[in-house]
Amino acid sequence: MNNKPKIGVYVCHCGINISKTVDVEAVTEFASHLPYVEVARNYSYMCSDPGQLLIKEDIKNQGLNRIVVASCSPRMHELTFRKALAEVGLNPYYLEMANLREHCSWVHQDREEATIKAKKLVAAAAAKARLLEPLVENEVDVEPATLIIGGGIAGIQAALDIASAGFKVYMVEKTPSVGGKMSQLDKTFPTLDCSACILTPKMVDVASHPNIELMTYSQVEEVSGYVGNFEVKVRKKARYVDVNKCTGCGLCAEECRLHNRIPSEFDMGMGKRSAIYIPFPQAVPAKYTIDPERCLFLTRGKCGKGPKCIDACLPGAINFEQEDEIVEFKVGSVIVATGYDLFDPSRKPEYGYNDYPNVLTAMELERLVSASGPTGGEILLGRGKGEEPYIPKEIAFIQCVGSRDASCGNEYCSRVCCMYTAKLAHLMTEKIPDANVRVYYMDVRAFGKGFEEFYDRVRREGVHYIRGNPSEVFKRGDKLVVKAEDTLTATPLEDEVDMVVLAVGLEPRKDAREIMDLLRLSQSGDRFFLEAHPKLAPVDTATDGVYLAGCAQGPKDIPDTVAQAKGAASSALILLSSGKVKVQAQISSVDESTCRGCGFCVEICPYGAVDLVTVNRMGHQVQVARVNEAVCKGCGACVAGCLSGSIQQRSFKDEQILPQIAVLGGMR
Amino acid sequence: MSEQFKPNIVAFLCNWCTYAGADLAGTSRMQYPANVHIIRVMCTGRINPLFVVNAFQQGADGVIISGCHPGDCHYMEGNFYARRRFTMLREMLEYVGVEPERFHMSWVSASEGAKWKDVVEEAVESAQKVGPFDQFRRNKINW
Repeated sequence: MNNKPKIGVYVCHCGINISKTVDVEAVTEFASHLPYVEVARNYSYMCSDPGQLLIKEDIKNQGLNRIVVASCSPRMHELTFRKALAEVGLNPYYLEMANLREHCSWVHQDREEATIKAKKLVAAAAAKARLLEPLVENEVDVEPATLIIGGGIAGIQAALDIASAGFKVYMVEKTPSVGGKMSQLDKTFPTLDCSACILTPKMVDVASHPNIELMTYSQVEEVSGYVGNFEVKVRKKARYVDVNKCTGCGLCAEECRLHNRIPSEFDMGMGKRSAIYIPFPQAVPAKYTIDPERCLFLTRGKCGKGPKCIDACLPGAINFEQEDEIVEFKVGSVIVATGYDLFDPSRKPEYGYNDYPNVLTAMELERLVSASGPTGGEILLGRGKGEEPYIPKEIAFIQCVGSRDASCGNEYCSRVCCMYTAKLAHLMTEKIPDANVRVYYMDVRAFGKGFEEFYDRVRREGVHYIRGNPSEVFKRGDKLVVKAEDTLTATPLEDEVDMVVLAVGLEPRKDAREIMDLLRLSQSGDRFFLEAHPKLAPVDTATDGVYLAGCAQGPKDIPDTVAQAKGAASSALILLSSGKVKVQAQISSVDESTCRGCGFCVEICPYGAVDLVTVNRMGHQVQVARVNEAVCKGCGACVAGCLSGSIQQRSFKDEQILPQIAVLGGMR
Repeated sequence: MSEQFKPNIVAFLCNWCTYAGADLAGTSRMQYPANVHIIRVMCTGRINPLFVVNAFQQGADGVIISGCHPGDCHYMEGNFYARRRFTMLREMLEYVGVEPERFHMSWVSASEGAKWKDVVEEAVESAQKVGPFDQFRRNKINW
């Protein structure tokens, strides 16, 4: 028979990564005596062009029909070698890899032991390779649309890129306006661009782009389906305002009985808003929203003689009967741009954030500096009752609050705090010319383009940098005392200041779990979303068709966020513009001649990919299971549950795994 | 003997979490005993309990099953099936004479290379305590 297995085994040196601890010659020699092995070779880099050529030539010249590559992890190069097989006309699924690098040479030092293990791994791979079967990769159409979760700068940039390329974008934003954290910033480092000036045009573009459907005050409830064909369910929360009628005039907010009585989230609780509000003046869309947790009428059913906003609204946009709306649509890809949370400094009680009103977070200072902020851009402190507001003259910044700090679970550097501290320190010297500004730091990380120059400039402007992590902030008279040690001179300090600014770090969002569950994402050790590969696939995830942009993947500054958003957009566009995607070939299939139709697999399948169908078996109508190949994801849960072994996962059949067990279990 | 004894351990790992975690252990050059051999499946839900029995029959002294943390399964529910199946299997194995020290189930995510090293070391150590396992063994190959 033509299909008698002829195996070729290719052992890779990986430079010296493998050959340093594994005797590749001995492994090759050993492999050449394994059953059905026709050729066994080793080469310095199998994944290189000449390495692949070696395999291809042998397939052509020696008629090999199964290939074992003993090199790195299949998660690294399985696709590379599958492609090589396909190029010379061999079915790409006739490939099996033995992981000699990550699982052997890199984790063991004893050459003898590592070589024995390598032999076993190669023998197991060859035993499985013998029984591999050719598989066909089916293609499905890609829905030419993208869902973008999150309307910050990352989501905005990705949306504009994809929409401008001619594809539909659905953007879902949780809050009433797009803009995200960037819209709260006053200036951006190191160029001191006005944040709003560079962001608002993009926000407006998102709202007006014909290819973008913007859903603010909305949440993704459900994502089902698979790459190219995701089905999405979005809850548009009731705003109690008809957005088609609302003109954004703001008369309602002025009439609201809670006018200027509710702390504004946008102003970090320092400014006030009404129960009917837009988050900030440049909000997009400029449509009002009634806060259901604050509005008197919605919480108590009663608002004076009747809600005054209704009378104030000339177009009659206010509608207390409005209900949440569920919208459903299909997309081919998803971009997660959900951003970050700021570290809550009350978790570092030694800095007194909860105790003293003149201990601020950097974002709070950002709002004070902003011309659109609660003080119109003046640095005024003193929120105590009857107290005359005052301008702080002695100002201390404390860096790394909630970053590089294992005691609060964040070992990572938040990457932006050094530079935003420098920026805010500069703004302090600009706004309060006679202010004395000092920065308590651990290390200054000014790594980006123009960062070091900016840091130098700020120091030249008179900002005093003191190396030392303060241990405590406490009150003495009407001053705050920062207790620290200048570690460069080993001098203990008690520094009396008027204001302390905490450079809080970036953390994964508290609701990140919901997104993980929706899209089957994983977290890395820092609890941000995990990318498919830290270097070579930084925007991809383990879920095909789902990409990451911005701080959801890890702390980033604005340029990096925009760059990554463009990367995510490009990845999504590759999928959308090719219009087709190959679906998983290693999926389950049923041997209908032995299936007894018990339906266990139907119940087990998490995707509903298995159904019972009636077939004619020798004149009898019997029920058997059948797999919907477009829906099956190839997890194999049904296989392990099948009582008769009739349902099997291609490339992971019982008969293919058992020889591996026999080899690995049988050798001591 | 127990000083020298190197138990042979077969590990069934899911592609998305623990296999990737074991890759990470490699990339980070963590060192662990060489007597653990990994078989890759797409999901722990694919692991037929009979694979474990078979591994013991073939001569393994210990078996590790490891996948994504409960709730993090790439296929939504696969590791829940695995958890149920192997909780039951562990008791059955004990009943037929396989010491619980030989059977290890753990959850190691793609970012937990160090945890994988710990799992391996623990599995090797506890299998060393109970010594070689020959009761189920079908045949012996002399290498």
